[in-house]
Amino acid sequence: MTTVVGAAQLQAIVSDEDVVRVRQLVRTAAVTAKLSLVDQTKVVTAASELARNTLVYGGGGQAEVSTVDNGARRGVRVVFSDDGPGIADVELALTDGYTSGGGLGLGLSGARRLVEEFELNTEVGTGTTIAITKWAR
Amino acid sequence: MDRVPILKIGPVLLVSIQVDMQDQVALQLQEDLGERIVATGAKGVIIDITGLDIVDSFVGRTLSTIASISRVLDAETIVVGMRPAVAITLVELGLSLNGIRTALNVERGMELLSRSTEPDSPDEFDLDLDDLSETTSP
Amino acid sequence: MTLNAEQGERLSEILSLRSDKIAKRWAEVAAAPLKGRLSAAESGRQTAELQQQLQSSLKNGALSLDGAAGAELRALLTELSRDRARQGFTASETATSVFALKTALYENSDAAKGKAEALRDYVAWSEFVDELGLFTFEAFARAREQIITQQSEQLMELSTPVVKLWEGVVAVPLVGTLDSARAQVVMERLLQALVDTGSPYAIIDITGVPSVDTQVAHHVLKTVMAARLMGAECIVSGIRPQIAQTIVTLGIDFGDIPTKASLADALRHVIKRLSADARAAKREQ
Repeated sequence: MTTVVGAAQLQAIVSDEDVVRVRQLVRTAAVTAKLSLVDQTKVVTAASELARNTLVYGGGGQAEVSTVDNGARRGVRVVFSDDGPGIADVELALTDGYTSGGGLGLGLSGARRLVEEFELNTEVGTGTTIAITKWAR
Repeated sequence: MDRVPILKIGPVLLVSIQVDMQDQVALQLQEDLGERIVATGAKGVIIDITGLDIVDSFVGRTLSTIASISRVLDAETIVVGMRPAVAITLVELGLSLNGIRTALNVERGMELLSRSTEPDSPDEFDLDLDDLSETTSP
Repeated sequence: MTLNAEQGERLSEILSLRSDKIAKRWAEVAAAPLKGRLSAAESGRQTAELQQQLQSSLKNGALSLDGAAGAELRALLTELSRDRARQGFTASETATSVFALKTALYENSDAAKGKAEALRDYVAWSEFVDELGLFTFEAFARAREQIITQQSEQLMELSTPVVKLWEGVVAVPLVGTLDSARAQVVMERLLQALVDTGSPYAIIDITGVPSVDTQVAHHVLKTVMAARLMGAECIVSGIRPQIAQTIVTLGIDFGDIPTKASLADALRHVIKRLSADARAAKREQ
């Protein structure tokens, strides 16, 4: 059972600066959850990719950063949500090298490799929600 | 908006990224560097990322673009000081930074540059042609 | 199990009224299963400390282990469990030290005389002591887990030394089975050593690794790639024939990673490269 420790932090993502703020929030939460340096780096990088996706493809949205506990380990959970156009072909979007916006196409697929849990919910025309969790080793 | 400072040391431009860059800052650096290479006639660029605690695909792509732009302007780019945690994350992310040469620290980067820039004495010409072909084809 | 206020009061009363007798009996019963592995004095000191804390907690209105009132009692029980776990006692031996209070209480209260009211009290106290005992049990298990984690970390450190072989060359001789967790630690340490020593070359020697599976091979590959990103080159040495066969059979592509049969060969290769680098640098000056 996963429980949230402390209060979740909300950060709107409407500009470049907000992507930096999300990175900083996730870093702080990762330190609190006692993630190793490499794991901190991985989760912050994943969050950076997804925050930028939220901004660029989702037309802005928000990130909710929290420290979680599953009884045995602590971790960081970040939920990104937007009311953007949604993703029509999820499988395609999760393929390495696929891009609809001129990037390297590593945002979604790369972020998924950097964390332990990755849930993606999307509906065309309604928006996208992506939740990631990284556990301390 | 912050700007990343570009220092000129002899024939080399040194860029030390110390802050968590906004995407816009990275793009600005890309633009500034191109102009400085042309203005100074620099033959080498060293980008020190010791201060970066993450490199995501955007920053990675910007570094690749900078390297390509410099090459077109006849300058070699070397990225130095990548932290172990950052390198491990980049491998996991699947980013290989194609076309970018790297070195452990600024000193090693300088060594690498001095080896691959054109020689002053013509008798070394042969050897450096070899070196050049090795460094320009990734 | 929570005591009600009167039950708590009466427990507090008997604990102070028959303090010495209870302490003596508690110490006796608690020491019995330890069979002299813990001195009677030490075990007696621990039960006496518990008794004191129990009394003061009851006075502060602690009717169960939960909440702020029970905090000090919980801390003391945790400490007891941790000490015992370190000293190698079993969980039951540890919990018995707490359960022993029941015998002491029974014999020193009117319950022994069969009075109905006293018996009702005793049942409630007994449940309270059970709670303390169960808490001790859990604290013991947690302490043991901590010890195991610490030991496996220490083992990991012992088993993955990164050594400087030459100016500009670090090596990590891998010995024993590589699981994913260990491979990750090795990788991080090797890369950190590159930064700390400013070495542009690293040798990963796998002579001592009995078998290589896909996962281990991938970790080695990732390490080499990460080192390259940092501006250093890795050489893999000590690949035995069977391992070479496995690598090919598994279809793992070592690509352009330099491999050498032995650590000595790898070192020779690196030194040649180093002197070539030095010559090139000299020519520049």
